[in-house]
Amino acid sequence: MQRIRIRYAKRGPLRFTSHRDFARAFERAVRRAGVPIAFSQGFTPHPKISYASAAPTGVASEAEYLEIGLQATADPVAVRASLDAALSPGLDVVEAVEARPGTSLADRIDASAWRIELPGVKPDTLGQAVAAFTAAGEVLVERLTKQGRRTFDTRGAVAAISVISESAAPSEVTGIPCAILDLVVRQVTPSVRPDDVLAGLRVVADLEPPVPPRATRLAQGTLTAQGAIVDPLEADRDETPIGER
Amino acid sequence: MSVPSVFPQLEQLLPRISKPIQYVGGELGAVVKDWDSATVRWALMYPDAYEVGLPNQGVQILYEVLNELPDVLAERTYAVWPDLERLMREHGVPQFTVDAHRPVGAFDLLGVSFATELGYTNLLTALDLAGIPLEARDRTTDHPVVVAGGHAAFNPEPIADFVDAAVLGDGEEAVLEITGIVRAWKAEGSPGGRDELLLRLARTESVYVPRFYDVDYLPDGRIQRVVPNRADVPFRVHKRTTMNLDEWPYPKRPLVPLAETVHERYAVEIFRGCTRGCRFCQAGMITRPVRERSITTVGQMVKEGLEFSGFSEVGLLSLSSADHSEIGDICSGLADQYQGTNVSLSLPSTRVDAFNITLAQELSRNGRRTGLTFAPEGGSERIRKVINKMVSEEDLIRTVVTAYSNGWRQVKLYFMCGLPTETDEDVLQIARLAHEVIRAGRAATGSKDIRCTVSIGGFVPKPHTPFQWASMCSPEVIDDRLRKLKAEINSDRSLGRAIGFRYHDGEPSLIEGLLSRGDRRVGAVIRRVWEEGGRFDGWSEHFSYQRWVDAAAAVLPGFGVDLDWYTTRERDETEVLPWDHLDSGLDKDWLWQDWQDSLSEYEQDDCRWTPCFDCGVCPAMDTEIQIGPTGRKLLPLTPVTSAR
Ligand code: B12
Ligand code: SF4
Repeated sequence: MQRIRIRYAKRGPLRFTSHRDFARAFERAVRRAGVPIAFSQGFTPHPKISYASAAPTGVASEAEYLEIGLQATADPVAVRASLDAALSPGLDVVEAVEARPGTSLADRIDASAWRIELPGVKPDTLGQAVAAFTAAGEVLVERLTKQGRRTFDTRGAVAAISVISESAAPSEVTGIPCAILDLVVRQVTPSVRPDDVLAGLRVVADLEPPVPPRATRLAQGTLTAQGAIVDPLEADRDETPIGER
Repeated sequence: MSVPSVFPQLEQLLPRISKPIQYVGGELGAVVKDWDSATVRWALMYPDAYEVGLPNQGVQILYEVLNELPDVLAERTYAVWPDLERLMREHGVPQFTVDAHRPVGAFDLLGVSFATELGYTNLLTALDLAGIPLEARDRTTDHPVVVAGGHAAFNPEPIADFVDAAVLGDGEEAVLEITGIVRAWKAEGSPGGRDELLLRLARTESVYVPRFYDVDYLPDGRIQRVVPNRADVPFRVHKRTTMNLDEWPYPKRPLVPLAETVHERYAVEIFRGCTRGCRFCQAGMITRPVRERSITTVGQMVKEGLEFSGFSEVGLLSLSSADHSEIGDICSGLADQYQGTNVSLSLPSTRVDAFNITLAQELSRNGRRTGLTFAPEGGSERIRKVINKMVSEEDLIRTVVTAYSNGWRQVKLYFMCGLPTETDEDVLQIARLAHEVIRAGRAATGSKDIRCTVSIGGFVPKPHTPFQWASMCSPEVIDDRLRKLKAEINSDRSLGRAIGFRYHDGEPSLIEGLLSRGDRRVGAVIRRVWEEGGRFDGWSEHFSYQRWVDAAAAVLPGFGVDLDWYTTRERDETEVLPWDHLDSGLDKDWLWQDWQDSLSEYEQDDCRWTPCFDCGVCPAMDTEIQIGPTGRKLLPLTPVTSAR
């Protein structure tokens, strides 16, 4: 069975698509595009689609990943184009590559890079909050999880946190100053998400953004010792055309 | 003058509410057009939550029909949940369309589709959020013309103060005609303002403009008469009927939501209308005559609809789908075509006969087996004669047992409670029937692993039906009967365990009854309930019976009437009913005769297979029954891409 790994993006208004919503839309797109998807065995066969951890509803992403299994060989370039055309604009299929046999996508993802825009927050104020957060050994926050209310540390999972811009930039929407936060967070359980880090900043420095911040996942992959994130599809890309291996 | 999108403001609120995806649009099939190049702009509303409103056939059809015109723009809007409503008020965000997030107040027309009366309070929320005055008489040329349609618009009197106009019946041609009138009036420079436009609409004789009619009352509270208050509008307004459904194959580009909705499937109406003549069924009475879509058009629509949408389920819809003259060929033809794919086909099965099971089996060839539902509606043979549901007990049991023998483990049975002339005994018969079904099913299959669910709805008398004169049961009587029924079902532990019991309490039905047969005075009750916070009355978690009772008690005595007067009171033959000036084609004398026949438990045949019984519709509306068979077949021409 050929397996194809796909990077997709959730952009603009469609960042409010939940993971379940996306999964349904993707299955419909597979049918519309006529992709020869393979099905699981059993009484109610399911199409072979598996997802890497999905960004929370409302968070945009440039780097979501999934893998599909096919019953007939297809050209990943054509698969990308046809799936992208079959999905609403804003749910965009960015790249598709054939998976190297014997490897697993999940094994190649242990961290995410996020960018959070905080309209109405001065970069200085954010800088001070970030300093307090970095200095703390542990920052406990509370969130409702599937297991009920849980208190967990947000500091430990954060590999890097910095304020990247002083310029009053991308919030053309509100026309007010906007601080931007860059974050690298390791994948842990329970997962630490952008809003958990923001909750952490509230705990350590009373940071209260006046309007809802806007988060985007920029990358997912393996975190190197140098703090870089390795693209999980890197190892699958191959100069050899399909079929000649 | 272009109209800016409110999305930037809305976007700030979306992270703070539940299920934001329902407000962002972006569905496949959605159309966004340039505002300035359109000459006539419609906002179409389904006055309930997006998850219920999006799949609505009526709105999807009108949306597509209108957007096919190059100079017309149609966008959709739905009721917003209270969490968003609160934030919109706080931040001054108006009611918006989901397509381009334009403010509803900026459109020329706001068309609202009322499938149920329980959407009335949501209309008021939307008007208020849109900045449109609640009362039609306070509106100016700056405000959209608010037009009601859908089945509830056959008696729009309770919302007469809030709408500018109402259309009875099929909307395909009506919206085109209205569009033409608005286009011409705007091109002439809007002569005579709003009044002139409404007058031009009223003169078509198929658009009802309530403000041009006065209602006089008798001292005892009944209506004396409803008459035009100006010379140039018709005495009666007639319903619209779309003939030749093959020429109207909509939806061609069905809306495919990202959000989860009540149904995700491509729905194709295989026919409109129904002449089985169930006396409680407003949908059947007001959509006559029967007009079939041909087998070939159905096949074509299914093929193109699936290709466009990527849906994996097809619904073959109508009021009684097994009655299509070529239903057997449609089902087997489609089953052949989609064999080996993971497309599943379904038919809302309600007819109680073995043929239905044959069809269901045909459709489940592909693996997935949808539930089987039968609707005997009445528990006793006697009450089934009263409501004209011609099913004998033997038929019912034989049919259900056939289903069990063919592998179905679970069957749903629909009944009503509170029907005219009903006694406790009629309702208790439901338990006996259900017991018998399980007993016979166990005997036939030799298995204890079979179940049936008994689902009970409260009867609500509707305008333009033979039961429009009937009295409703009080909620206490209904609730008491349902309690007794439940006890009776469980009186046999072994059988009772195999029977599920679902019901609605009597209270919401009583309010639906008030709204269904209400007149203009009921508008004040709706307004008061809304002011007191009434929203989403179709949802039990939002509906408050007390709020309606209190509002009725505060408002109605001022008119010398009360809640009971509208609901539990039986009307007599001579009473002027609030909708008598609205013509569904049904002859009032025929309806009265059918009501009398009902009381003497006399049944009425179906005019599709027996001679015309003169209900009045065809001559009044200049329509005719349009049915097959065409004799054509669905050939498996092109092998559908195998996706499995
Ligand atoms: C028949 C019926 C069914 C049948 C077939 C549905 C069908 N044909 O689409 C079946 C059994 C499948 C069914 C299923 C369900 N139904 Co149903 N159904 C109905 C019923 C009785 C008629 C609908 C119908 O014939 N539609 C056909 C379309 C084309 O007609 P239409 O919408 O009336 O629109 C035409 C005209 O009225 C007019 N028009 C409409 N709006 C407007 C507006 C303007 C401005 C103008 C000018 C004209 C106009 O133009 C349209 C085109 O000609 C309605 C009740 C009613 N009175 O409408 C309930 C109703 C719509 N269903 C309802 C429900 C809840 C359901 C289910 C969710 C039940 C369930 N739990 O599964 C499902 C989901 C259906 C789906 N969305 O796919 C509810 C909706 C409740 C709500 N809160 O809004 C209703 C209102 C019944 C009720 N009172 O509870 N249903
Ligand atoms: S007028 Fe006659 S043929 Fe037409 S719907 Fe009524 S009974 Fe049937």
